[in-house]
Amino acid sequence: MNILVCVKQVPDTTEIKIDPVKNTLIREGVPSIVNPFDGYALEAAARIKDKNPDTKIVVVSMGPPQATAALKECLSIAADKAYLVSGRTFGGSDTLATSYILYNAVKKIEELEGKFDAIFCGKQAIDGDTAQVGPEIAEHLGYPQVTYGLEAELDGDMLKVKKEVEEGVEIIGVKFPCLVTFTKPAWDPRYPTVKRKLAANRAEIPVLGDDAFPDIDTSRIGLKGSPTNVKKTFVPQRKTGGVKIQESDGRASAQKLFELLSGASII
Amino acid sequence: MEAKTKDLWVFVETNEDGTAKNVGIELLTPGKMMAGKQGGDLVAVVIGCGVDEAVKAANEHGADKIIVVDGPEFKHYTTDAYAIALVSLVEKYGPTSMMIGATNNGRDLGPRVSCRLNTGLTADCTALDVDEETGNVAWTRPAFGGNLMATIICPNHRPQIGTVRPGVFKKSDAVEGKAEIVKEDLHVPVDQIRTQVLEIIKELDSENVDLEGAEIIVSGGRGVGGPEGFETIKALAKELGATVGASRAAVDAGWIAHAHQVGQTGKTVGPKLYIACGISGAIQHIAGMSSSDVVVAINKDPDAPIFDVADYGVVGNLFEVLPVLTEEIKKARG
Repeated sequence: MNILVCVKQVPDTTEIKIDPVKNTLIREGVPSIVNPFDGYALEAAARIKDKNPDTKIVVVSMGPPQATAALKECLSIAADKAYLVSGRTFGGSDTLATSYILYNAVKKIEELEGKFDAIFCGKQAIDGDTAQVGPEIAEHLGYPQVTYGLEAELDGDMLKVKKEVEEGVEIIGVKFPCLVTFTKPAWDPRYPTVKRKLAANRAEIPVLGDDAFPDIDTSRIGLKGSPTNVKKTFVPQRKTGGVKIQESDGRASAQKLFELLSGASII
Repeated sequence: MEAKTKDLWVFVETNEDGTAKNVGIELLTPGKMMAGKQGGDLVAVVIGCGVDEAVKAANEHGADKIIVVDGPEFKHYTTDAYAIALVSLVEKYGPTSMMIGATNNGRDLGPRVSCRLNTGLTADCTALDVDEETGNVAWTRPAFGGNLMATIICPNHRPQIGTVRPGVFKKSDAVEGKAEIVKEDLHVPVDQIRTQVLEIIKELDSENVDLEGAEIIVSGGRGVGGPEGFETIKALAKELGATVGASRAAVDAGWIAHAHQVGQTGKTVGPKLYIACGISGAIQHIAGMSSSDVVVAINKDPDAPIFDVADYGVVGNLFEVLPVLTEEIKKARG
C-alpha cells in the first residue's frame, strides 16, 4: 500500500488578530502550523500503516521553502518520505492552478516512489477554507473521490471510508486508486516520537522546483494561469448595538429575554 | 469554454424523497437579481429521483426555466453520477454563471465540475453581485477563519461558478410558477459510478442534525459542563423546534457528536435565530454562525466575545436562564 498525503503549511488562524486602526490582518508573529485537517489525513494513513506495516506514506506540500518545517513535522509523526513543491512560477495560483501543479507533482513523485494507491488530503485548509484542491486533484487524475472522511480502512481491493454526512455517517466503498479528503474524527492524531523527530530533523527533503515538470502547461499555473483572482479583501463588519440583559437573577433575565424576543416576534 | 447564453444557473440539490434542499430555492432569490444584471434567464437545474416537488418549488420561487434530470441513479448523491450529469448539461446549454449550495454534497460536486470544465470556482460565498458591464459575478467569501472577506472574480472563463452558503439568502414568497420545464433524458451507467454506499448510520441521539437547513439553532459550549448539561439545551431546542448545535470545545470534550459542531471545523449556519449557550465565541465559532439573522448569547462571563456579535446578550448562568425561558415559551404556546 502506497499512500500520498497532501499537506499545507498555514498560519494558525486562532492566533490572527485585527489591527484596530488599519483594519487589516496582523500576520506578523502568527505561528505556522500543519493544516489541522491535513493532520487528520496523515493520521488516517498512519492508522492504515499500523494494521498494514508494509504501507509507505509519502507527504507532499506546495509552498515557500519554509514549508519544509511542516513536512519535517509530518516525518516526525508518521510519514516515510517528503517532497516540497516550490517555485516562483507557482506563486499566485488559485485552487485550479494549484491542483494542476500538484497533479503534475503526483505524476513526478510516482516516478520516484511508485504508483500511489490512495491520495489523502485534509477536507480544506484553515486559511483559504475552500475545500477545492483535493477534489480538483482527483479530477485531474481521473480518480474517484470521497470527501468528509472520518476514518479509512483496507478491505480487500477496496478502501472503506467512514464519511460524515448531515444525517450521521455513511460507509463508502471505493476502489483503488482513489482520493479521500478528511475532516475531524473522534480521536486525536498521534504525537511525534523523539526518535522520529531526530530523524526528521536530519532528513533531506527533495524540492520539485520550476523546472521539475518539463511537460507542464505554463499557461495553467501561477497568477496568470488562474481563472479566479482576488478583486479586493476587507475585514468584516461586526455587529454592534446588541441589547445586554443582566437582571437580578437568572429567572428575571430569562423573563426579560423572553419578553424581548416575543415582543420582536422572533419566537 | 465560451458561454452560449447569458443565463444564470442554480443547481437545486434534492433530498432522497425528491424534495428540494432549502439552499437551492434560497439561491433563486439572488439569482433573479443576478440574471437580470447579466441580461439572461434564471435557470434552475434539478437533479434527483422523483423530483416533482423540487421542480414545483423552483417554479414557485422565481425560475424562468427548469432543466430536470430524473433517474434512480440520482436518488442517493454520488460524485460521479452528478458530475457527469451536470457537466454534460453545462456543455449542452453553455450558461454564463452557475451557483451551487455549499452543502457537503455541493462542496464535493463544485470543484469536480469546475475542474472538468477548466473554469474557476469560488467556495462558500456569503455575498453576491454582478458587474453589469462585464457580466462578471463578484463572489464574496470569508477566509482566514472569518477574519477576512475576499471578493473574487472569474473574468475570462465561463461558466463562472460559485458555491454559496445555506441560510445566507432567504426564499422568496411563493408565486404561481410560469417556468418553461425541460426534461433531459440523461442517464449515467452504473459502471461509471465508482463509489458505493455500503452502510448508512443515522445519528442515534437525534433524527435531525440538519444544521445548515435549520431555522432555529440552540448551541452549547464549554459552559454546558458535560453531556448531561446538553439535556437543558435539548429541552429548549425541542420546545422551539430547533436543531442542537455545539462549539468545538463541547465536541472535543466528547459531550456531543461532531455532526453538531458549528464553526470553522464544523458547519456553517445561517438560521433565523441562533441561541449560543455557554459559548465564549472564538473567532472560528463566530465564522460559522455570524450570518444568523438574530443571535442570542447566554454566558456567565460579561466579557465573552460572543456578546460582540449578539443582538441579545444575557449575562448569567445558562442553567438558571434556559429552563425559565423554555417554560415561558411552553406557556406562551399553550
